Amino acid sequence: MKVVVRLASALRTYAGGAPRLELDLPAPVTVGALLDAIAVAHPGIGRRLRDEAGIVRRHVNVFVGPDNVRDLDDVETVVPEGAEVAMLAAVSGG
Amino acid sequence: MPIDSPTQDGPTIRPMEAIDASAGDVVVLVGTTKGLFSLSSNPGRGAWTLTGPWFQGEEINAAALDCRNGRTRLLVGATSSHWGPSVYRSDDLGATWVEPEPQTLAFPDDAGAAVARVWQLQPAGEARPDVVYAGVEPAALFRSDDGGEHFTLDEGLWGHPHRSQWQPGGGGLCLHTVLPDPAGGPRLAIAVSAAGFYRTLDGHTWEASNTGIRAPFLPEPTPEFGQCVHKVDRHPTQPDTLFLQHHWGVYRSDDFGGQWTEVGADSLPSTFGFPIVVDPNEPGTVYVLPLTSDEFRCTPDGQFRVFRTTDGGDVWHGLDKGLPQENAWLSVLRDGFSADTLTPAGLYVGTRTGEVFASPDAGETWRELARHLPPVLCVKPAVLR
Repeated sequence: MKVVVRLASALRTYAGGAPRLELDLPAPVTVGALLDAIAVAHPGIGRRLRDEAGIVRRHVNVFVGPDNVRDLDDVETVVPEGAEVAMLAAVSGG
Repeated sequence: MPIDSPTQDGPTIRPMEAIDASAGDVVVLVGTTKGLFSLSSNPGRGAWTLTGPWFQGEEINAAALDCRNGRTRLLVGATSSHWGPSVYRSDDLGATWVEPEPQTLAFPDDAGAAVARVWQLQPAGEARPDVVYAGVEPAALFRSDDGGEHFTLDEGLWGHPHRSQWQPGGGGLCLHTVLPDPAGGPRLAIAVSAAGFYRTLDGHTWEASNTGIRAPFLPEPTPEFGQCVHKVDRHPTQPDTLFLQHHWGVYRSDDFGGQWTEVGADSLPSTFGFPIVVDPNEPGTVYVLPLTSDEFRCTPDGQFRVFRTTDGGDVWHGLDKGLPQENAWLSVLRDGFSADTLTPAGLYVGTRTGEVFASPDAGETWRELARHLPPVLCVKPAVLR
């Protein structure tokens, strides 16, 4: 299934300036699997979203549709068909 | 597959303003909570140029200018509160920067840890001109054999049986000091807050070496480890003589940390402080920046004074000419004070309130080089070759 990922502006430089990525992954797609695929395709984005131990960074928010995955099943959250996933900087940083 | 983007990320090149300096000039890298600045001057150190900031919004806890082996390489340890740590490097004085992707300063998969901050980037001596050490949080040591392009975890220290008992200081569990052997031998020392001073004599086997350092915050008065060492320095011609600023007290060792003796308690206004600097020309001349106490981490009596000993730690005198002496409630972090390698030594101090002070004459006179910078985390001078 196709998953569209919206990138925080600071991450776009590591994707050739693209504001969004589109990935084709086998369903069902979890947020964790999506992060794995992004890390392979764009290591510069992958390591900014998660540290080398695989933990989503504290001041990074991942939204599936309107919902923060920390309020759902975290990286086990399943991405519904057609939902946009946003990888954004939390306002808590900096 | 991704759209509108390359399938692989190569090194990122960031064009920025370069430092305007040439061989013989002094460059002082100033790392702040919001980016990197530099101050540069000719060897007279009278007129200075401020450049930056690079890496806006990122904490710069570590920086180095490495001029060994024909390089003119800037190394910077930066941390974005959102996107994590990076080590950047530039071989053209900051005009362009390389940010390796993936980052080469990272724990191996089986370590079960992640670099939170890079606290120290320390080129080894001239005898090993391609070696650079990195100290990170959580406390670990990495080594590069190619001038800071790739790093490998020191497994001996990482596997030390004490490590699980190390406690973080206020800044985190950080390995903040690396003292390579100036002669290029295997001996190496590090300090961790709050684990203490550790050394290896063979380059592989590490031992805690804190005998004599009091730890009033622990049940045992002088435990084997757990001391809150803030910084350690030594002169390259006397590598066994170490000077250490502890959370409680200033210490000296004459046997590479085998035994420590407290110094300065009679002539310093306070033995609490963070940085300690050994003069590059006089091995018995040492500088500290006393703060009032653990509870009140500001300069005593609102007077900003650097204290210097010229007899190896017995007697200390305050140096204040040109430094603010009224209502100067300043604070300086462990890497906020350093010396260049000229004669007489140039001294550089950056404060948590964004001032940078400098002395071109080993502390006799001072002037303010910059103000209103973000809080200063590190000050790293070097002379360009």
